[in-house]
Amino acid sequence: MKQNKIVEVNHLKVSFDEREVLKDVSFSALQGDITVILGGSGSGKSTILKHLLGLFPVDEGVVSLLGQDIATLEEKNELDFYLKLGVFYQNGALLNSLTVGDNVALPLEQHTTLPPSLIEEMVRTKLNLVNLEDAYYLFPSQLSGGMLKRAALARAIVIDPPLLFCDEPGAGLDPVSLAGLDELILKLRDQLGMSVVMVTHEVSSILRIADKILFVENGVIAFDGSLSEARKSDLPSLNDFFTVGTGGKRG
Amino acid sequence: MKQKKTHKSAFFSVKGNVIHVLGDLKINNTATFLNDIAIFFRANPGSDFSLDLSGIEELDSSGAMALHSLHQTAKKFHITLNLREASPETKNKLELFSPVSNKTMQPGKHGPFFYSLGDKTMWILKEYVVTFFYLVSDILFWSVRDIFNSKQRRKGEFINQAVSIGVNALPIVASMAFIIGLVLALQSSSQLRNFGANIYIVDLTVIAMMAEMGPLITAILVAGRSGSSIAAEIATMKVTSEIDALKTMGLNPLRFVVVPKIYGSLITLPFLTILASISGIAGGALAAYLYLDITPEIFFNRMPEALYEKDIITSFIKSIVFALIIVITGTFFGFKVEEGAEGVGRSTTSSVVAAITMVIIADSILGLMFY
Repeated sequence: MKQNKIVEVNHLKVSFDEREVLKDVSFSALQGDITVILGGSGSGKSTILKHLLGLFPVDEGVVSLLGQDIATLEEKNELDFYLKLGVFYQNGALLNSLTVGDNVALPLEQHTTLPPSLIEEMVRTKLNLVNLEDAYYLFPSQLSGGMLKRAALARAIVIDPPLLFCDEPGAGLDPVSLAGLDELILKLRDQLGMSVVMVTHEVSSILRIADKILFVENGVIAFDGSLSEARKSDLPSLNDFFTVGTGGKRG
Repeated sequence: MKQKKTHKSAFFSVKGNVIHVLGDLKINNTATFLNDIAIFFRANPGSDFSLDLSGIEELDSSGAMALHSLHQTAKKFHITLNLREASPETKNKLELFSPVSNKTMQPGKHGPFFYSLGDKTMWILKEYVVTFFYLVSDILFWSVRDIFNSKQRRKGEFINQAVSIGVNALPIVASMAFIIGLVLALQSSSQLRNFGANIYIVDLTVIAMMAEMGPLITAILVAGRSGSSIAAEIATMKVTSEIDALKTMGLNPLRFVVVPKIYGSLITLPFLTILASISGIAGGALAAYLYLDITPEIFFNRMPEALYEKDIITSFIKSIVFALIIVITGTFFGFKVEEGAEGVGRSTTSSVVAAITMVIIADSILGLMFY
């Protein structure tokens, strides 16, 4: 079955104060795939993610999500559009003044007319899905790093977005928690048909879940292909990522 | 019982005793579906229905949870509801998004009233009163001990703090004191003129500004300006683990962060207070000249008679006490911060409110002592 392009970037160029960060970036991510944006520190992958999320304006090039060019998105359609996106921030970005339950309920309370009892059931179910139902009444400051991440994931998926962005979801997690998080992301993809675009450095995680790899180097997409192709690639910097990441020595 | 089975909904149809749910059941239409089906149940109390879900095309978590919740809604109207048919995909979703059986209960907040009151009092005593006195003793101890020991202070930090707390506050303190001195003299001038006691405007302005208003205005402005900044700085350092980092580097946060602020404020606040008093007296002199025809020459010639050494000493002592109150309160609330941006905001607000309150209380006590 032919998959639709859920994310499409064409000739994206970005400069900050005359410093060229993204030179000419073009790629696409397919519906139902887990697409991993990989690259060294300062390579420009976070800049790509921020452009995908519409946090930075697109000055040159085209960024389309779910078939919508985000530069031409009208203000009246913004809410509907953003309700189709879930974002899982690296540090969780939960509101510290609200309990975990209230944090997860926030998008539902603000953007739907669902009855409060159903919202509570949905929140509990989503928290249960990330094994965090016990934390319903806790505040973010009472959670460990791994729990914060899972709570943030519960908030990101509470409205069942078709497209989920994850910014370094595994950073700071122990290997067991990371594997659990990966399983959860796979479950979301397989059972809910969610498409995932993820920025990560965790090679073990990439090997477990990635369908497609985009390797960013010096502001360009140096590699664009499947995981198996990436593992066979003769690009030295990409090879180093996989070799060092799996415990080997740099080539 | 005769069943009415009347309904009007785009989300389901009823054939016999079977409710066929149709189309998409997603977050944007779940609320309407629930509403429609509740109306239908209300119209058919005590009936038996089967639920056919094979007509569902797309189902998300809100739809699945809504379908689960139908049993509860049906129970309210004494309706028996059985699941008859569903596609494997729908079944999977219903299984994935099923209500949590063992719900976490909200921790109990209240015991008996007096028990809670006692608990709260003990908590306030421990968290605020005792901790505050510990902090005060710690700060005073290190402030005295470190006078000649600058090893644990950043080089130039004392000067930085003196400039930040004192010198930079000079324009606002001087201009506010001038305006208050002017208004004070202006308001008094008409009363004094009635009694032909114009010349006493000098005594009134000098005593009020020197002993009372000068120190108080300075302290309130510095509490708002620097007290808040001290609380916010320390709170942010705590939230971002900078305080922990200092501790693990073997540095005492009080000596490293707070003591320079104590020195900076202790040195500059008396000067600021004197300048505020002078500025206020100048404001009073201007009002006296404009409304009571007392020339600056007469005003300043009269001043020595109104100015007592005691008032100058009172002013000096007050400024020292206020400086300590402002820095210690800012530090206390900074260290008391809870996690997050909102916690920093709360600490800053609390620090300003507490500092101003404590300054006014201390002013009254000192005023009575030196009366």
